[in-house]
Amino acid sequence: MLSLYHEARSPVHRSPAGAKLAVLLAVGTGLFFVRSIAALGAVLLVVALCYAVAKVPARVGLRQLRPVLPVLIAIVIAQLVLTGWVTAVLVGQRVLVLVALANLVTLTTRTSAMIDTVEAVLRPLRPLGVRPERVGLLVALTIRFVPVLKEQADQVRAAHRARGLRGTRFLTPLLIKTLRLADGLGSAIEARGGPD
Amino acid sequence: MIELENVHHDYGDHKVLGGISLTLAEPRIAIVGANGSGKSTLARLLNGLLLPTSGRVRVDGLDTKKDGKAIRRKVGFVFQDPDIQIIMPTVAEDLDFGLKRHGLTRERRAAKVTAALLEHGLDQHRDHPAHLLSGGQKQLLAIAAVLITDPTHLVFDEPTTLLDLPNRHRVTRLITGLTQQVVLVTHDLDLAATADRVIVLDHGTVFADGPPARSIDAYVALHTA
Ligand SMILES: Nc1ncnc2c1ncn2[C@@H]1O[C@H](COP(=O)(O)OP(=O)(O)OP(=O)(O)O)[C@@H](O)[C@H]1O
Ligand SMILES: [Mg+2]
Repeated sequence: MLSLYHEARSPVHRSPAGAKLAVLLAVGTGLFFVRSIAALGAVLLVVALCYAVAKVPARVGLRQLRPVLPVLIAIVIAQLVLTGWVTAVLVGQRVLVLVALANLVTLTTRTSAMIDTVEAVLRPLRPLGVRPERVGLLVALTIRFVPVLKEQADQVRAAHRARGLRGTRFLTPLLIKTLRLADGLGSAIEARGGPD
Repeated sequence: MIELENVHHDYGDHKVLGGISLTLAEPRIAIVGANGSGKSTLARLLNGLLLPTSGRVRVDGLDTKKDGKAIRRKVGFVFQDPDIQIIMPTVAEDLDFGLKRHGLTRERRAAKVTAALLEHGLDQHRDHPAHLLSGGQKQLLAIAAVLITDPTHLVFDEPTTLLDLPNRHRVTRLITGLTQQVVLVTHDLDLAATADRVIVLDHGTVFADGPPARSIDAYVALHTA
């Protein structure tokens, strides 16, 4: 879901990050008032159209959806068992629209623009003790380090498998690695001038 | 100029540096020593990332205990592992990270980022995720992102240890071409030999200090006895 910027010249890329985030928020809220499969299907089509306008190839868009598929399927099956097929389809459609739109925003917005927006939105809260630069840094670090953590997890798991170990025992070395990474990262941020 | 006055450093009750006094004025100084001898600890004291348990570290007259922020602007630090040093998701954004705190205009920053991308052969990777770069490119990016903020001193902690031969040469060439004062922690004795002065650490004290050939001979002798 934490896809990265996909370079292209398009009106979607040119739109201000704040506007895109506002649309995402509005659609995200509005979705829960739409209760028809056909209407949500139409919304999905519009989202697909937005991808086309943004010149994001279908291959790239679908690749970004893949990681959420297991979760999506689990949710749909749970709904199917608990409430019946109509709700299951509705819920599946809503999640799909949300994830696809969120991905589209990240694919067409540079992280720096996103962070600037987050910081601008939070600036009025400064008197309440909110530090906008810190929140911005947190957003950046999340996007930067999720793939790194995933790589580490894969490595540790592979090393365990190579030694014939099974189960969840790889979690301890992974935790240690992650803590070490966090510690080093703290020094690096400080060395590079910190968030303020 | 960086001055250390009778610097001790402990981690809890583990004494790592025991009474180091040095005046670092030469343009290029290398620090060598066995694993655990205290090189990284010493390096981190130089820009106030660590504060001495006792004693004093001063950079151009500023004390790391009082002026940490100002000192970190002067003293750039390059870590062994670029994976922890690169903070922002893409190459250009990471180059911009340090600049943001220097009060430059957006245009001026963009110009500096573009110049740095070209200078370090990273212009093809401007918007690429940093984690997809090769190890050598990551280290080049980490160094470029420090240089872009125009520090007057640079501390490198084993900058070539994780690199293959071609990248080691590339980073070495970059470091030897720098005009800033350089303090370089390394296990690469050929690289150390290019410095003006080599300091050998052993169990947290200065074992030898002087011209490269003499210091390196002393270091080699120490560990072949
Ligand atoms: N954060 C820490 N907490 C506790 N002990 C530490 C910490 N960092 C380092 N040490 C210990 O201090 C000693 C010196 O470590 P330091 O990293 O300075 O050595 P080094 O010369 O850089 O070694 P290397 O060549 O392996 O990088 C080691 O015994 C190490 O285990
Ligand atoms: Mg070290």
